[in-house]
Amino acid sequence: MALEDLFKVVKERFGAEQSSSAIEKEVEIPQDLLFKCPRCSTVIYNEEFERAMKVCPKCGYHARLTWKERLDMTVDKGSFKELDESLRSLNPIGFPKYEEKVEKLSEQVGMNDAIKTGVCTIRGYRCVIGIMDSHFMMASMGSVVGEKIARAFEYAIEHKLPVVMFTASGGARMQEGIISLMQMAKTSGAVKRHSDAGGLYITVMTDPTTGGVTASFASLGDVILAEPKVLIGFAGRRVIQDTIRQRLPDDFQSAEFQQDCGFVDMIVERGMMRKRISNILKIHGFPKEGTGR
Amino acid sequence: MSKLTACERLEIIRHKDRPTVNDYIPALFTRFMEFHGDRLYGDDAAIIGGIGYLSETPVTVIAQVKGRNLEENKRSNFSMPHPEGYRKALRLARQAEKFHRPVICLVDTPGAFCGIEAEERGQGEAIAKNLAEFMTLKTPVISVVLGEGGSGGALALAVCDELAMLENALYSVISPRGAASILWKDGTKEKEACEVLKITAENLSDFGVCDRIIPEPEGGAHLSKDITADNIYEYLVDAVYRMKNTDIDTLLEQRYHKFRKIGMFTE
Ligand SMILES: [Zn+2]
Repeated sequence: MALEDLFKVVKERFGAEQSSSAIEKEVEIPQDLLFKCPRCSTVIYNEEFERAMKVCPKCGYHARLTWKERLDMTVDKGSFKELDESLRSLNPIGFPKYEEKVEKLSEQVGMNDAIKTGVCTIRGYRCVIGIMDSHFMMASMGSVVGEKIARAFEYAIEHKLPVVMFTASGGARMQEGIISLMQMAKTSGAVKRHSDAGGLYITVMTDPTTGGVTASFASLGDVILAEPKVLIGFAGRRVIQDTIRQRLPDDFQSAEFQQDCGFVDMIVERGMMRKRISNILKIHGFPKEGTGR
Repeated sequence: MSKLTACERLEIIRHKDRPTVNDYIPALFTRFMEFHGDRLYGDDAAIIGGIGYLSETPVTVIAQVKGRNLEENKRSNFSMPHPEGYRKALRLARQAEKFHRPVICLVDTPGAFCGIEAEERGQGEAIAKNLAEFMTLKTPVISVVLGEGGSGGALALAVCDELAMLENALYSVISPRGAASILWKDGTKEKEACEVLKITAENLSDFGVCDRIIPEPEGGAHLSKDITADNIYEYLVDAVYRMKNTDIDTLLEQRYHKFRKIGMFTE
């Protein structure tokens, strides 16, 4: 799905954003102190919004997170050990200006590519974790994302660990051409090996999980969780709309829609996610380490 | 083999007389019997499946159906499968595994269908499952891209031991038109996008994605369906022979690494 599609979807679903200058005039508070919900337009202090794990207290909108925010609210403090940190993408098809784009984003977002992988404990339960960050090229999957996921599952096989994967993606990374498509097969193959070895794989679908990621490792979890209201689908909304020439209902491809259709096990609010994941790990018989939290 | 641009090849594979699986299946296989349905929801005419003989060897055939005219295309949804098409493919692949038949996938699709019902029935899940399951299918799998290899919709039938492409076939992560509309906000710049994306059989051989290029007659397959079919036949017989003589565990290990090694990065 194209970047602009995704923004459009969010705008369509949550109502177009009013100009922010209107708020500035009304309330004379520096704007960086405030968060305005793109869905219900509620304005709250950023501090309060962050305390609420970036969930709008009024309408329950789950804002997109950076990988670091997700990590901090998910894993036990100090338990995260990153894997394959140094991987950086090349430009396999010689796509115009691709290196520059990656370079620039790396600096802006503070990561080499769109996923962080590592080992951690969640309330004392050890697991391999992957967190995709939509701020990096809409977390599209190219060589680095594919390789890090494949290695994460292979590491999990070797160490007999479960995998928890927070998915978010616009799909395959067009800038890497056919190489990006092959990452779908590569990651799915690694998931299959982990599964055949008896490994537990929990997918947590976050906003937005679409395209080639939905059509590969994201849909292969033994247990598939999703945050409320997030976008989950294969085809882009605009593509479908162009095909059928009619407006799609607002909740189309929402987490709730996917649950109704049978593709999501459980919708879990952000505040409950850590507990849910640890409970699932526990019931599968993994040992609790230390005291956890 | 001819040196044509991606764009010139696009013209060739869009030729109205370009042979389709409806031409190739009778030419490649004897006593082909079509099997219908995914046993879950329905039967998708965008994918034909069944069994027949390749030379003397029983094989399972799974093929995406481009129509030769509007009537056929309406029936086969212009070769854009729904989830039940991919699930039928998987059902027949598992059947092939059980009875030790090699699987031959003929790929020719603009992509998986994008529509409300396709989403409701889990297009993403259906493709994902095929990728995972074909990876460990305990029987040889050979895929041949005949014309268009459209993204995940093609890949769902192309997790295989060997991927062959007809000389003019194209295989891409995104349609050139789609890429053009994202890159330049202009879908008509499809020709430019065609070259940027590196989607010819030759390009894909360089990337280690395509294992064999099957020659077409000078000017394209439509100039001689028979010669093209002979070339495909020759390749398939050879490939099946080689794979049937390879131990299945070795084959599966090679299949995994065929995909596992694809990617370009530094560390
Ligand atoms: Zn709100």
